Amino acid sequence: MHPAPSVIIFTTLSGLGFGLLAFLGLGIPDVTGNTAFAFFALAYAMAAGGLLASTFHLGNKKNAIYAFSQWRTSWLSREGIAAVATLVIFGPVAIGRVFFDSDMALIGVIGSVFALLTVFTTSMIYAQLKTIPRWYQPIVPVMFLLHAIAGGALFAGASKLAGVLLLLLVGVMVWMWREGDRREADGADTMESATGLGAIGKVRMYESAHTARNYVMDEMIHRVGRKHAQKLRNIAILLIGALPAVMLLILPAGHFVSALAIILHLAGIAIGRWLFFAEARHVVGLYYGK
Amino acid sequence: MTCLPTSTQKKLGLVIDLDTCVGCHGCVTACKGWNTQNYGAPLSDIDAYGADPSGTFLNRVFSYEVQPEEGAAQTVHFPKSCLHCEDAPCVTVCPTGASYKRAEDGIVLVDEDRCIGCGLCAWSCAYGARELDQDAGVMKKCTLCVDRIYNENLPEEDRVPACVRTCPSGARHFGDLGDPNSDVSKLVEERGGFDLMPDQGNKPVNKYLPPRLKDRLDTPAMTPVTEKEPKGFLGWLDKALERI
Repeated sequence: MHPAPSVIIFTTLSGLGFGLLAFLGLGIPDVTGNTAFAFFALAYAMAAGGLLASTFHLGNKKNAIYAFSQWRTSWLSREGIAAVATLVIFGPVAIGRVFFDSDMALIGVIGSVFALLTVFTTSMIYAQLKTIPRWYQPIVPVMFLLHAIAGGALFAGASKLAGVLLLLLVGVMVWMWREGDRREADGADTMESATGLGAIGKVRMYESAHTARNYVMDEMIHRVGRKHAQKLRNIAILLIGALPAVMLLILPAGHFVSALAIILHLAGIAIGRWLFFAEARHVVGLYYGK
Repeated sequence: MTCLPTSTQKKLGLVIDLDTCVGCHGCVTACKGWNTQNYGAPLSDIDAYGADPSGTFLNRVFSYEVQPEEGAAQTVHFPKSCLHCEDAPCVTVCPTGASYKRAEDGIVLVDEDRCIGCGLCAWSCAYGARELDQDAGVMKKCTLCVDRIYNENLPEEDRVPACVRTCPSGARHFGDLGDPNSDVSKLVEERGGFDLMPDQGNKPVNKYLPPRLKDRLDTPAMTPVTEKEPKGFLGWLDKALERI
């Protein structure tokens, strides 16, 4: 799949933003006044900024309002609604903590549930796609949720918890990659089933339908990511989880350690998320012999 | 709106005969022509006369080589467009309700006044049947020429999709695949029509007819001359040169 920057920025930033909101809703860290303002501003900036980035790749932004209408069948529509609901619910919580030194515990908890629900709906946009065997597996939503929760803990300053969650995340990612490799390797769909010509013999593309590139190829047949997949996975594991986790769990907690862990983690997510798209194979490639 | 209808009164679709298709791309051109001038945004071409041309098409023809276990390989031309699936994932994933399947005839369409051009429907399609127009920013797909098939301003013989009307070898057939007595259903029955990628579970309405069995040469394919043991003077020369 084409690793569009807008989608990578969106899933990364909004995931972290909603993860941080989930912690703030539970009163972690228990802050008020200017400190609370800084935390909520950061969370809102990441969550809303990510959502905004996701609109960059839309071909026809003027119809965006309709995207809230199809919650009955569409995970993308559900995500839009859940995201806006979360941001609205956290309004009074943030105002209470920043200006009135008060904790609206119940609304906060509801907001936290909605924040995680939003991340889940995001993950299902990908995990629902049967056409992409690497994404069509239950561990994908787990990965997205753990990303948000671990990143949220990291930003919320819950160092020890973040360390443990990051190690867990690394485990989940390794599992997801291995299972994804397996699903791609023994996928049910082949050039023979795609063309229905398997009864005659082995199928090979003789001439493509078009000599120029087209939207389908640009969007869904991206092969660069597969070449260096293993190296990038190792780098992602180190940066996303292994190094930050070791730092957070072994070194004494402090702003410097947290900041360094966050920087490594962010770099790792960018690589991991790029790979998530770039190495995923869409079955339409079979028609092109790829 | 993006809920699929539980059933449709008709299942209009195409039956494509892989035996008779000669790979002329006439259907591709006829489709582009009709659908550029009629329903919805035109099918744009980008950098048409430049170094990196590309364009939107609703129908494309691939060519494959099929190699049996024994004997000569066979060329099969393979037109591919929207299959108007009964369980169309492109409809249910749409966040805006732009993508829909009609209850009356099963045609899958895009309402361009609602489409945001997110591309998720194209991701959900196993067949690469949807292309986002790079000029209009909306998703384009086969409409089964919905503006021809019911169009009473056209002579009756023209009330079929443009690709079917233009096909010079009669490889494309249009009709109601939900009616077991229709010509297309009988054709599918007779010729063993099949679904593309049945494992995806989309229940495509369009069917493909397999190539008929070809005549086979009784004599084996020619063996390369160099593999024959040379005789006479050439044999002597071959051995003499080997010894040097």
